[in-house]
Amino acid sequence: MADLQSQDYIRRSATTLTPPSVRSYEDQVAKLIDVTRCIGCKACQAACMEWNNLRNPVGTFEGTYDNPLDLDPATWTLMRFTEYENDKGDLEWLIRKDGCMHCEDPGCLKACPAPGAIVQYANGIVDFISENCIGCGYCVKGCPFDIPRISAVDHKSYKCTLCSDRVAVGLEPACVKACPTGAILFGSKKDMTDWADERIVELKSRGFENAGLYDPPGVGGTHVMYVLHHADTPSIYAGLPENPRISATVEFWKGLIKPVALAGIAASAIAGFLHWVVMGPNEVQVEDELEAQEVLASERKKRRADAIDTDGGSA
Amino acid sequence: MASLAPTFGRGAMTNTWQDIKNANLVIVMGGNAAEAHPCGFKWVIEAKIENGAKLVVVDPRFTRTASVADYYAPIRPGTDIAFLNGVIRYLLEKDKIQHEYVRAYTNAGLIVKEGYGFEDGLFSGYDHERGDYDKSSWDYELDDQGFAKVDDTWQHPRCVMSLLKAHVARYTQEMVSRICGTPRDKFLHICEMVAATAAPDKAMTSLFALGWTQHSVGSQNIRTMAMVQLLLGNIGVAGGGMNALRGHSNIQGLTDVGLLSNLMPGYMTLPVDDEVTFDDYMKSRLYKPLRPGQTSYWSNYRKFFVSFQKSIYGDAAKAENNWAYDWLPKLDIPLYDVIKAFEMMNQGEMTGYICQGFNPQQAFPDRGKIRRGLSKLKFLITMDPLDTETSRFWENFGPQNPADSMAIQTEVFQLPTTCFAEEDGSLVNSARWLQWHWKAADPPGQAKSDIWIMSGIFHRIRELYRKEGGAFPDPIVNLTWNYTNPTEPATAELAKDMNGRARADLTDASGAVVKKAGQLLDGFAQLRDDGTTESGCWIFSGCYTEKGNQMARRDASDPREQGIAPNWAWAWPANRRILYNRASADVQGNPWNPRKPIIQWDGSKWVGVDVPDYGVTVKPSDGVGPFIMNAEGVGRLFARELMVEGPFPEHYEPLESPVVNVLHPKVSTNPVVRVFADDRAAFGSPSEFPYVATTYRLTEHFHFWTKHALINAILQPEEFIEIGEALAKEKGIAQASWVRVASKRGQMICKAYVTKRIKPLTIDGKTAHVIGVPLHWGFTGQARKGYGANTLTPSVGDANTQTPEFKAFLVNIEPSNGPEV
Amino acid sequence: MTRPKGTLIRNPTITRINHWITAACFVLLTLSGLAMFHPLLFWLSNLFGGGQWTRAIHPWIGLVLVVSYAGMIVQFWRDNLWTKTDLEWTLAIGRVLANEEESVPEVGRFNAGQKFVFWSMALLIPVLLFTGILIWDYYFETLTSVGTQRAALLIHSLAAIAAIIIWVIHVYAAIWVRGSMRAMTQGYVTPGWAWRHHRKWFRALAATGSPGPEPHVDDNKTRK
Repeated sequence: MADLQSQDYIRRSATTLTPPSVRSYEDQVAKLIDVTRCIGCKACQAACMEWNNLRNPVGTFEGTYDNPLDLDPATWTLMRFTEYENDKGDLEWLIRKDGCMHCEDPGCLKACPAPGAIVQYANGIVDFISENCIGCGYCVKGCPFDIPRISAVDHKSYKCTLCSDRVAVGLEPACVKACPTGAILFGSKKDMTDWADERIVELKSRGFENAGLYDPPGVGGTHVMYVLHHADTPSIYAGLPENPRISATVEFWKGLIKPVALAGIAASAIAGFLHWVVMGPNEVQVEDELEAQEVLASERKKRRADAIDTDGGSA
Repeated sequence: MASLAPTFGRGAMTNTWQDIKNANLVIVMGGNAAEAHPCGFKWVIEAKIENGAKLVVVDPRFTRTASVADYYAPIRPGTDIAFLNGVIRYLLEKDKIQHEYVRAYTNAGLIVKEGYGFEDGLFSGYDHERGDYDKSSWDYELDDQGFAKVDDTWQHPRCVMSLLKAHVARYTQEMVSRICGTPRDKFLHICEMVAATAAPDKAMTSLFALGWTQHSVGSQNIRTMAMVQLLLGNIGVAGGGMNALRGHSNIQGLTDVGLLSNLMPGYMTLPVDDEVTFDDYMKSRLYKPLRPGQTSYWSNYRKFFVSFQKSIYGDAAKAENNWAYDWLPKLDIPLYDVIKAFEMMNQGEMTGYICQGFNPQQAFPDRGKIRRGLSKLKFLITMDPLDTETSRFWENFGPQNPADSMAIQTEVFQLPTTCFAEEDGSLVNSARWLQWHWKAADPPGQAKSDIWIMSGIFHRIRELYRKEGGAFPDPIVNLTWNYTNPTEPATAELAKDMNGRARADLTDASGAVVKKAGQLLDGFAQLRDDGTTESGCWIFSGCYTEKGNQMARRDASDPREQGIAPNWAWAWPANRRILYNRASADVQGNPWNPRKPIIQWDGSKWVGVDVPDYGVTVKPSDGVGPFIMNAEGVGRLFARELMVEGPFPEHYEPLESPVVNVLHPKVSTNPVVRVFADDRAAFGSPSEFPYVATTYRLTEHFHFWTKHALINAILQPEEFIEIGEALAKEKGIAQASWVRVASKRGQMICKAYVTKRIKPLTIDGKTAHVIGVPLHWGFTGQARKGYGANTLTPSVGDANTQTPEFKAFLVNIEPSNGPEV
Repeated sequence: MTRPKGTLIRNPTITRINHWITAACFVLLTLSGLAMFHPLLFWLSNLFGGGQWTRAIHPWIGLVLVVSYAGMIVQFWRDNLWTKTDLEWTLAIGRVLANEEESVPEVGRFNAGQKFVFWSMALLIPVLLFTGILIWDYYFETLTSVGTQRAALLIHSLAAIAAIIIWVIHVYAAIWVRGSMRAMTQGYVTPGWAWRHHRKWFRALAATGSPGPEPHVDDNKTRK
């Protein structure tokens, strides 16, 4: 029996062939992070560390509740706190759980040069397969959300797996299980979208006119979505991109130039070969050698004469 | 809970966590539920989403709770009474009270004695010499039969309602804003939101915690809101109540079993020196009803007491020796609290200390004084699963614990104990549920259970008394100890002791045997005062019956989906989930809120989703009040002599305050607070220490425990304080730079979090800055070393409970180069 | 290296060592770079011990290449200065490709094609170095923003492809022009080779009687 999980791949990095796809009937899943009911308790962070066995060194206080300060190889999810003063001058403490968005069209996967180091399962989860990772950091460049982090120790890239191991056996991700206020929910993408719609109606009734769902179309939608009070300005939530999409640079680099470049190299080699076949080598002819010798001889003679002249003149 | 009992009769959270979801308005004041109780806070979110509830937060800081609130207003630490008295004034002035409820279920109409008065910050009867009250005038005018007189029209000038109106008249919106610094419009907006819940079918729940208790007027803070809730008719109803969110998973259990120096289990009180005989003792504990026909359940005190004595002394407690009354210790002062204990250590009056499951070096006020006190002990025994600061107080950890080890002679015995996950047993949560838990893992190393350690100490001490006699061996040598394993009694056996059992066959009125000798009791109703029953904690009676361990029940079914699952664990008293639930129905017995009934009268009995907190067959027409523990049968807007500061709450400034009390400058602070001379000398003045500081928890940590856990240490690694941007600018303090924060008692050097979440307040025309001091760091554990917030805090407690004033004191702040290494 | 009598020194030993270090680096960089560039060529990473090794080694080889090519520049820059003849030669490229060199202008030590290779590499290698540093995450990840790094990756790839194509031309030219390979392996050429391909250079040697490669042919001056 094959590695069953690998039969769930619908995308596989650096692969020109279609992955096994007979098992790809699964529902698309999604994690819904309702920022409006999040209290920033970091239970999700603790649960992530527990389940995935991640431990950072104990850090320092740096003027923020964001601890650790940033995502890193051992921090796959992070609460980011923003003290935001709205138009009315009222303070809002915006707390966003940052982590991999599990894009439908993952920029990391597109950028990855190592076959099978990044995969997307039929349920939509984007996962890093560490043993295939070469540590090049292209995923970091490919990601529109600045999520993957390369370990300086083992040179592998790490990020949230959406607990693909738990989801595969019918459990919810660890962060979802730990969330005390139900701010993180998990289910089919459709259910989550429907529930978000209800939440948005409720939020609008409380005066959040711009409440909305963050499921950015630029990356084909995401399998981690946010309910935001201010969906019109996602950037106030610690820099959530307004309209994320895979960078045009990356698209170009991983799109057009890959085939064109190989074709160009091949073409130059073929051109050489054809030239060889048509024109043949450029070889030194006997006449060349003879003419050369003649020139050499005459030059030698000239030099000798010059030498006598010079000697005579000085004498 | 020295304020809820004087108001309602029992000192406990009235409703349940789940019930919060039924609220229409959730007010979080004197607490930070999202931060300190994140798991329970799910019910607030539930209330918002499923019940359309609004969430209001009143706090000096914009907290994590405020981050999900519908409305937030700032307040200066230590001024909650002014705020809430202002709310009461608003409610009375706008007539936004639930009239029928207030008339029938509170003492609003009861007439107070002549002689009661309030002037210039003092109630009648103040003795300036003793700094204490003669409380005799704080009582009702009684009729010939000894019942309180009543005027239900509230016209009488000395009826409670009239007196209350007069008392709160000073708390105008201007005055509230002047004292609290809360902008008037915000205060008014909150008054309006609160007033809306006076409607019979609307409920507000008050969630509070140590933000109210840790003040020199802590009990009165809570009482003021309890009064607001009575006026609104929000006690006893679904989604209402006074919900004391306990700061510790078993702190409710601590007071329930009487682990305070003046208490016995089940809120019975220890005798005092004056009560020489058992008769003297019982004379002040008769609890005769103050209104005709009232339950006054404490009138059963003698049954509870005798059953307790039988439980601990067995056959040795007999009618002939007054149930061994003489063997009980008698208090010479009201309370031996922790502040007193450390004062005694410092004075050389206490030389040995068994510190079981506490960490005073971190947790008690004025850290320097704590260290000095511990240093003067002959011996210190610590029993704790963790390597606490207390057990290492003698070790020099640098500036964070500058102990002079050579000079300390204290012998320290550090006994590692099991933690809750390493033993079977029960915890009592905020909602009074006794929940059984099962051992999940073996304890590490040589850790032993507290029971094993205490049993060992008991056996050795008893042996010494048996061998050597001693001055008074009886209380020790006569203790019963009938356990299968005497060196480590099983928790199930101890639980059965708490529940109680029949010591002889018990018969009912008809003579039929209802319990055979030795059988476990069904509940405290079966307790007798003739020595035929025993119960170690009467309120727990019913938790472990012949039907088995009720605390271990795990049936989550909730018949009305109203947050009451009667077969999940067991709640005291008698498995009631919502206290005073009779008040959820009107006088006729119909629910105030028909959509969320708790109990109602079906013509012959009380029925509903909860166990009635009331006689099951007591007819509505009998006029029995819903507050069955109170001798009046009703909730007390006027607390009689039960609060030491007075029957109505009054605003007093914290002992360290930037301003003088504008209401009565001569009586600026709580007049009955107990302050030791050396502690008073360590109070700072606003000229030296101009800023108000307040201490608090962060959600990443639980007190001083979780800094020992790596994950928690990672999530909040290092000590810091929080200051507003305005003060930071004024002082030249940059984000995350080092600062020195000092009170008169000590200093801490840590990093500053310059935040928008703390704004300057205008107090009496002047700008006041608040500095926040999170309290989690010490010098043991996995997180970075810290000085601990109690380095700064003053050694003074609430006048009723001596809970230390951690929430309002004075400090100064300046930039620093960081700690000396 | 022993040089048969009557032959001319095209490349002294030091030059040849320098060239082959450069060449080896270039080949390794091409192989490792292409492995990370296109999935079809990822198998090339096996030559380096796998993907991780490929990723780790590539920038170090690059650094060696930079140093090595700097040596090439020091040795060759003067003979690669552009002259007017080069333009005429370039315009006559068709005849060169047809192996009809008699009718094209005489060239010095290097013809315009060789100069093009030389200067292209002299331009592309610094570009590769600079962009390569920006994407050398192990040391320089935090130096620049991800946006800059994305641009660097793109430029690095484009520059590398250009370099590879030029390299293909260079290699083919060495195969096509017989005797060139020996000039870079054993270092010498026959007078006939020099006469045929680099007549101006040959004339300079003949005039001075030098065995080569000096003197430099000052093309501009001789044309005066």
